[in-house]
Amino acid sequence: MASVASIPFRRVTAKPGQIAAVALIGLFLAIFLIVPAGTVIYTAFTEKGTGALTFVNFLDFFRTDLFRRSFFNSVYVAGMSVVWATLIALPLAVLTTRFDFRGSMVIQTLGFVPLIMPPFVGAVAMQLLFGRNGTVNLMLYDWFGVRIPFMEGLNGVIFVQSLHYFPFILINLSTSLRNIDRSMEEAAQNLGSSGFRLFRRIVFPLSMPGYLAGASLVFVKVFDDLATPLLLNVKDMLAPQAYLRVTSVGLTDPMGYVISVILIIVSVFAMWLSAVAMRGKDYSTVQRGGGGLMRRNLSRGESIVAYGVVGFILLLVLSPHIGLLLLSFATVWSYSPLPDDFTMVHYARVFDESSIYIKNTLIYASLAGLIDVVIGGAIAYLLLRTKVVGRRWLDWAATSALAIPGVVLGIGYLRTFYGVTLPDGTPLATLWVMVVLALAIRRLPYALRACYAALQQVSESLEEAAENLGATKQRTIRRIVLPLMTGGLLAGFVTSFSTAAVELSATLMLIQSNSDAPIAYGIYVFMQSPAGRGPGAALGVIAVIMVALCTLLSHYVIERRQKAIGSAK
Amino acid sequence: MLKTIAAAMLVSAAAISTVYAQDGGKVTVVTSFSKDVTDPFKASFEAENPGFTLDVQNKSTSSGVKYLDEIKANNQVDLFWASAPDAFDSLKGKSLLAKFAPLVTGLPEKVGSYPVNDPEGYYFGFAASGYGIMWNDRYLEANNLPKPAEWSDLTKPEFHDHVAIAAPSRSGTTHLTIETVLQGEGWDKGWGTLKGIGGNLQQVTERSFGVPDAVNSGQTGIGIVIDFFAFSAQAGGFPVSFVYPSVTTVVPANIGIVANAPNQKGAEAFVNYLLSEKGQAVLLEPSIRRLPINPALYANAPEGFPNPFKDPRFQSMITFDSDVSKKRTDVVDTLFDQLISFQLDPLKGATKAIYAAEKALAAKDVAEARTLVNEARGLISAMPVTADEAASPQIRDAFTGGEQKTARQAELEQQWASFATKNYAEAKAKAEKALSLVD
Repeated sequence: MASVASIPFRRVTAKPGQIAAVALIGLFLAIFLIVPAGTVIYTAFTEKGTGALTFVNFLDFFRTDLFRRSFFNSVYVAGMSVVWATLIALPLAVLTTRFDFRGSMVIQTLGFVPLIMPPFVGAVAMQLLFGRNGTVNLMLYDWFGVRIPFMEGLNGVIFVQSLHYFPFILINLSTSLRNIDRSMEEAAQNLGSSGFRLFRRIVFPLSMPGYLAGASLVFVKVFDDLATPLLLNVKDMLAPQAYLRVTSVGLTDPMGYVISVILIIVSVFAMWLSAVAMRGKDYSTVQRGGGGLMRRNLSRGESIVAYGVVGFILLLVLSPHIGLLLLSFATVWSYSPLPDDFTMVHYARVFDESSIYIKNTLIYASLAGLIDVVIGGAIAYLLLRTKVVGRRWLDWAATSALAIPGVVLGIGYLRTFYGVTLPDGTPLATLWVMVVLALAIRRLPYALRACYAALQQVSESLEEAAENLGATKQRTIRRIVLPLMTGGLLAGFVTSFSTAAVELSATLMLIQSNSDAPIAYGIYVFMQSPAGRGPGAALGVIAVIMVALCTLLSHYVIERRQKAIGSAK
Repeated sequence: MLKTIAAAMLVSAAAISTVYAQDGGKVTVVTSFSKDVTDPFKASFEAENPGFTLDVQNKSTSSGVKYLDEIKANNQVDLFWASAPDAFDSLKGKSLLAKFAPLVTGLPEKVGSYPVNDPEGYYFGFAASGYGIMWNDRYLEANNLPKPAEWSDLTKPEFHDHVAIAAPSRSGTTHLTIETVLQGEGWDKGWGTLKGIGGNLQQVTERSFGVPDAVNSGQTGIGIVIDFFAFSAQAGGFPVSFVYPSVTTVVPANIGIVANAPNQKGAEAFVNYLLSEKGQAVLLEPSIRRLPINPALYANAPEGFPNPFKDPRFQSMITFDSDVSKKRTDVVDTLFDQLISFQLDPLKGATKAIYAAEKALAAKDVAEARTLVNEARGLISAMPVTADEAASPQIRDAFTGGEQKTARQAELEQQWASFATKNYAEAKAKAEKALSLVD
């Protein structure tokens, strides 16, 4: 009797350490996310002029045709982007993790590069290649007299977004595939399953945590992204509408903030939905190491097809970077398939300044990535391993950061921290640390999703075994949970790091001087004039190479680690 | 791995936190100008004024205004430097600018018909900008298009889907262009022209530079821009040309000292430098190519460079009434967004249908069809508000939030948008019916 009663009781009680963790993370999120964003978004609930509290602005939202149309367009674009991103990511992930495929590591890295697209230059490069009078269309028109509207309307947005964000699925799905217990596959094979059936019934379902983590990120990110639609001049979507209204000169229009609130609600709802889809299922596996799934050799014919598919996909997803590279060497590139001539002067022009930008970017992005992995990992652990009160709220709060437009967060930081000064009178908001914190908050959802997926695949029985053997909670986490989550933690770090490295919208508000500026800002100040296009592109190429090298390094570490564990067995 | 990263970061963090030596002569300027513009000025200013360093913070005009507003309690910025006079007006209205009397005297009071400086001395014009039409030579040639010269040319059928403009609500300079057309041609006729151009638009960009960028790369053929975008692109070797239409205006790009500037002396030094001959000369550099405010400088200008103080075109340009403009700024911008930017596809569809019907009518005239087409054109150019209503306190309060209860901005926007949707759909139906009558 006593034991029966004690079981549920034990489960709802939380250890003091867990409560402290929730309180600390909650405090962090409150100070650096909720309060700053709240000071701005508050406007959504006030009447213009008098400032009285009201909900009439939300009624107006649903009464306005434009906003309703924008809402459905955003849902449609986000949904279709997930479909296309899946079609791109799935072959790359499966080929590189399930088969002995030469250059897997290079593909994993290159497949990741699209995420590292610095602002402005990427869109310019895409227009030069795929725009109405871009390389492809000029050649098509020359040869066949047709043009394909790759970059026009909602389909254009879907095209660019799926190329840009499919790495979220690729990186999370690959990590999941690597973590599947080989014995599952062997059991299925013993029972006579093989080929596509094996993949459909066993492998893909087991990699669901990673896939859903990636797919929900793609959905929410596309739903909340304003840069791509704006650069393609698509305005009837929600995020661009919010941005256009928040940033116009002079007036404060509450509708911009109303839309921000709606973006946050939809984002959190989408994340909740993906959590519901996973509820009641157990994805954890006991066995670890050995490099995950068995790797099969490809036959000659299969190899040719596989390399063909991979080559085509890589060419497509790297096209913005190819365009960027051409642009960085181009003299004049105007209404022609290729630039008129090539030159090195753009690199010479940015060479002196780029070192400070690179240094700042590396510091900001790696600190932000580190903060994200620590907090994301802690929230994931609290969510999956404890019943402590408030853990879901931490998840939702952190996730809502995806939906808060960068400029809103930037203004919020100024409003909250500019009044707070250091003893010498310097406002807190002008310190470069604030840029790091803003970046960390903006990228926290990425790391959180990756850590969550990684922990979902770790069997609780391993921790119970450790505790049975007398290990304390802390020791279990340190010696069992963390090592088993390494892949996911690194995936989270890399995603946060590389996207923070090219972030601009929040930082533009907070950068106080050129000596504190990251590379995205450097690109921005170049890209505002015709003569600055080349140098801007050159800086963009430097940014991409720098971040890609860091990514390659971490992939190398993951691979080596997996092998080390495998051979140790 | 993580340890290595952490160690590397600690080392670099220590390096960056080393306090930079400051000599008390740092002049902080918030500007919307690109590096190509600010770098030559920085170099020349620091050479002319030893001891001072210019610290440039680049922000878009709108975020610059927002930024100054947010930090006013503990201001660390000395100067605001941008094109659009309306941004300075907005700052002045919020008491964020300080009065100053520059040392440089003898500069003209007006450029074209626009006053160079703020009459109360809160901000100063340092360069002139005219608005006009820019095009890509290769694009026009490849598409067999004539060269446009006037705003009304852009409403012709041959330019359908070849024109770009920045949204006036996003770009203070485009707003002035729109207002110039409205003042030059009158409210109703002006909107007729603007919607005629609207029906030919390929894109409405959300930043000013989006338009010259699209024209430079040849994504679009023709753009409505400020002159220096075209001149600096030409200097950079791009195959582009530019023309001032006869209804246009030149307005000054400005600089102002921010209220409670931490380095008032430095701020004054920079304004004085910018208006001096040395500073004005920098404007002629190929990457900048703006029209100096000092008439003496035009002696050194490259060939073909317009001179707003001599060129008869600029003297005949219309008088721009900034009071009229100020009263209806928000209404004009919102009307443009709701009737053109956000209704681009319906508007273009109706326009295309009218072009098709008119083409058929040119070959064979049918009176009934002609009437239908004229009705369709009338539906497109119809406005939901008159000029008087646009400047009325009732409508203005909806945007600024007045004391009296008025219609909310969102309600007005919805009304105007549904007015446009309905009219464009009817216009399209009439034009299609006209076409079927002729065929």
